[in-house]
Amino acid sequence: MSVSSEHAPAPEAKAPEKGAAPSRWTTALRDMASSSATVIIFAILGALILAAVLIAAADPTVQKTAGYIFARPADFFKAVWDSVSGAYSALFRGAIYNPDAATFARKIKPITETLTAATPLIFAGLGLGIGFRSGIFNIGAQGQVVLGAVVSAYFGFAFNLPVVLHLIVAIIGGFLAGGLWAGIAGFLKARFGANEVIVTIMLNSIAGFLMSYLLTTTAFMRPGSNNPVSQRVADTAMFPKLLGQDFRLHWGFVLALLAAVAVWWLMERSVLGYRFRAVGFNPDAARTAGIKVERMYLYVMLVAGGLAGMGGVSQTLGTEGVLQEGVAGSIGFDAITVALLGRSRPAGIVGAAILFGALRAGSPLMQTDSNTPIDIVQVVQALVVLLIAAPPLVRAIFRLPVPLKEVAA
Amino acid sequence: MKLELRGVTKRFGKFTANDSIDLVIEPGQVHALLGENGAGKSTLMNVIYGLYDPDGGEILLDDAPVNFAGPGDAMAAGIGMVHQHFMLVPVFTVAENVILGFEPTGKSGIINLKEARKRVREISDRFGFNIDPDALVEDLPVGAQQRVEIIKALSRDAKILILDEPTAVLTPQETDELIGIMRQLRDSGTSIVFITHKLREVKAVADKITVIRRGKVVGSADPTATETELASAMVGRSVSLGVEKSPAVPAETRLAVENLTLLSDNGVPLLEGVSFDVASGEILAIAGVQGNGQTELTETILGSHPSAVGSIKLSGKELLGQSIRGVLDSGVGFVPEDRSKDGLIADFSIEENFILDQHDREPYAKGLSLDLAAIEDAANKYIEQFDVRTQSSKALGSQLSGGNQQKVVLARELSRPLQLFIASQPTRGLDVGSIEFIHKRIVAERDHGTAVIIVSTELDEVLALADRIAVMYEGKIIGIVPGNTSRDILGLMMAGLPYDEAQAEADKHTTILAAADEDSDNPIGGAL
Repeated sequence: MSVSSEHAPAPEAKAPEKGAAPSRWTTALRDMASSSATVIIFAILGALILAAVLIAAADPTVQKTAGYIFARPADFFKAVWDSVSGAYSALFRGAIYNPDAATFARKIKPITETLTAATPLIFAGLGLGIGFRSGIFNIGAQGQVVLGAVVSAYFGFAFNLPVVLHLIVAIIGGFLAGGLWAGIAGFLKARFGANEVIVTIMLNSIAGFLMSYLLTTTAFMRPGSNNPVSQRVADTAMFPKLLGQDFRLHWGFVLALLAAVAVWWLMERSVLGYRFRAVGFNPDAARTAGIKVERMYLYVMLVAGGLAGMGGVSQTLGTEGVLQEGVAGSIGFDAITVALLGRSRPAGIVGAAILFGALRAGSPLMQTDSNTPIDIVQVVQALVVLLIAAPPLVRAIFRLPVPLKEVAA
Repeated sequence: MKLELRGVTKRFGKFTANDSIDLVIEPGQVHALLGENGAGKSTLMNVIYGLYDPDGGEILLDDAPVNFAGPGDAMAAGIGMVHQHFMLVPVFTVAENVILGFEPTGKSGIINLKEARKRVREISDRFGFNIDPDALVEDLPVGAQQRVEIIKALSRDAKILILDEPTAVLTPQETDELIGIMRQLRDSGTSIVFITHKLREVKAVADKITVIRRGKVVGSADPTATETELASAMVGRSVSLGVEKSPAVPAETRLAVENLTLLSDNGVPLLEGVSFDVASGEILAIAGVQGNGQTELTETILGSHPSAVGSIKLSGKELLGQSIRGVLDSGVGFVPEDRSKDGLIADFSIEENFILDQHDREPYAKGLSLDLAAIEDAANKYIEQFDVRTQSSKALGSQLSGGNQQKVVLARELSRPLQLFIASQPTRGLDVGSIEFIHKRIVAERDHGTAVIIVSTELDEVLALADRIAVMYEGKIIGIVPGNTSRDILGLMMAGLPYDEAQAEADKHTTILAAADEDSDNPIGGAL
């Protein structure tokens, strides 16, 4: 009977019916961004367990012992234990602390590598988090990272400025480049109602090929070289190292933490952030209260894109020192996961970015030490997202009612 | 057929929606179930209809216990239900809707539409419904759609018909027809359970009245009980029906709307040459059936439709062409029709909702940042002033009941000096207590010298509040009449008749509810 589906099991005293129903995808994404801490911890643990199964399955010793598992099961289980514990301990030694290293500096180098890898993820994740909380699903962080990298690198090698000023100019250049790039999508959404998901995805491709093209031009290419690698960024434009020359960790990490504080203030304490959140939760009510919703969409994209652009800046001016293919890696896409994992909150994003930084920093050692393919890290990341997404995604796809969360006051 | 409930209990988590309810519906009776919104009436009916499993108690049909697994079982047992929101497929014809789920088929499995049409025609003729089986449901007026629902139930041999708030969507004349139908059905032996919170209708049609409050049966009454008695039983304390208000003292013209026209995107006129004015210290009620341009009118004044042409002058200053922000800043308070969509942000706290249109100015904002302490102080002040029932000002909007949500919106809009106050459906879906409170605040705002526009599809509310009434029909103002115009005339004007014709027509035939007005203990019209 068709009527039964109309009746969610809610007492009539409750249930203020929603207005225009948002699309299923928007709902699913918002649910993911606001899933509870328990779900997230469960998802990380679950992902590590599932990945352990894959690590074991890919291990040659495990495969061999599986052949005579019924004859000597102990061999099999020992092989499984060895492979999984070997991989995860290598991951730990590569990402946090390596007790086997010769010097103290080498022992703690892994954690600094983790923080270095986390830096661009923090920036880009913060930008995406602002978007998610403002009702904008910006998939375009990758393109914004690329633009930030391109412009900051160009400012870094093409200009000749005094020490501090040069760095500041290059940072601002990267921030504005990312912001304006995202602003294209924001403008199209505000002015013509273009779907930001589609526009930002397309802008990602354009940004990638734009960088490839620029690297073939004389403005970027090194004189006398045919490789698609830019000139070196001047030392005056590089982030100073945070812990001396032995470590790659640079002041960009501190800037990222400051950015997290600034984003917290913006979203929780400022007038503009109040509008962002109002527009994100209920654009109709925001508009009725006199907030210019379309303008907010544009502002959100400018800020979010600027932060993502900083992700590119921290790559070129912090770790790489040059602009080349792959400088942006998959930062923009990993940042989506980071933002979801961090529930779009600054503190959560910093935590999630450090976790992902650790996976990234630890994976090379895991490969060399225990022969575990480096790709397993990507699998762990994907599984985390999958598990966080699963409950709302399943609900969204099958259109099941949202569980009763709170009883009417 | 006799329907009996013994100790029926239904819980949702900790919340008990129905607390051991005993109820007997005798055959051939109209049994009214009276209670406020949220009292548990609809839950109870959904239990009877098999949509909810009761947590305790039993249901008996002709003294035999029954157990319904779903609406299918209930229908098979002879129970039919007409939901408040119709369960019809708009693009199907009447006949197709009526057979939906019970399609008569030939041997080859093809639907026998001829049989379906015959069934519809039979029932329609028997009760004088005047329904064409081949009409598309989406083309029918609301009243006719409701009759289709009734035909649907009757075609499945319903002996007991449950009508859930059936008059909420009807004009007075349509309500009148429905009451006629209910009487006819009763006389032919069908039992009717009539769920409502409108006292006048109960008195007009019910044989027996059961009052439900907070999930419990609190008493039964005869239709001879006075409205005040019924209302007090319903709310659990003595209530004053109607609004105590002194005659308006209209001063200078505050708002002058002239020749306002608005076209939809595909060129259909939504507003056509609308002109009226509202004086300071006066309440102008805009009456009309839902969807005749009232929503567009208020939204246009607010500035949501920049393509409108004409003129809207507030104290001589043109509003048309200004942004929403500009209109609000000129001293317009606006309570939107759909509070959960346009009025409130469900995921924001009460505090944050209080400052929705004031968040960027003193005292709530200092420069670029919000002053959280000032916001909290103001919120607590308004919570007290407007009697918002909540544990804390940090509670989310979604955690409030409808009445309290509306109080939050009202408190926000009335908290600054206003020139003009516009409220659309200010009390839709609210309980008696909240309605009483909100009406008082609106009248107080008028007495303060503000020009007030109330848009309401509830004639009771219009009659309770209005100093003058403008009736809208198909985007035009069909007439502006005094606040004490009779319900019959207003009803006919809402159907598109100009005042003179409506008056002539109304003299010929007095509707049941208007007659109830005459000998009511509360002649101005209690807004219940």
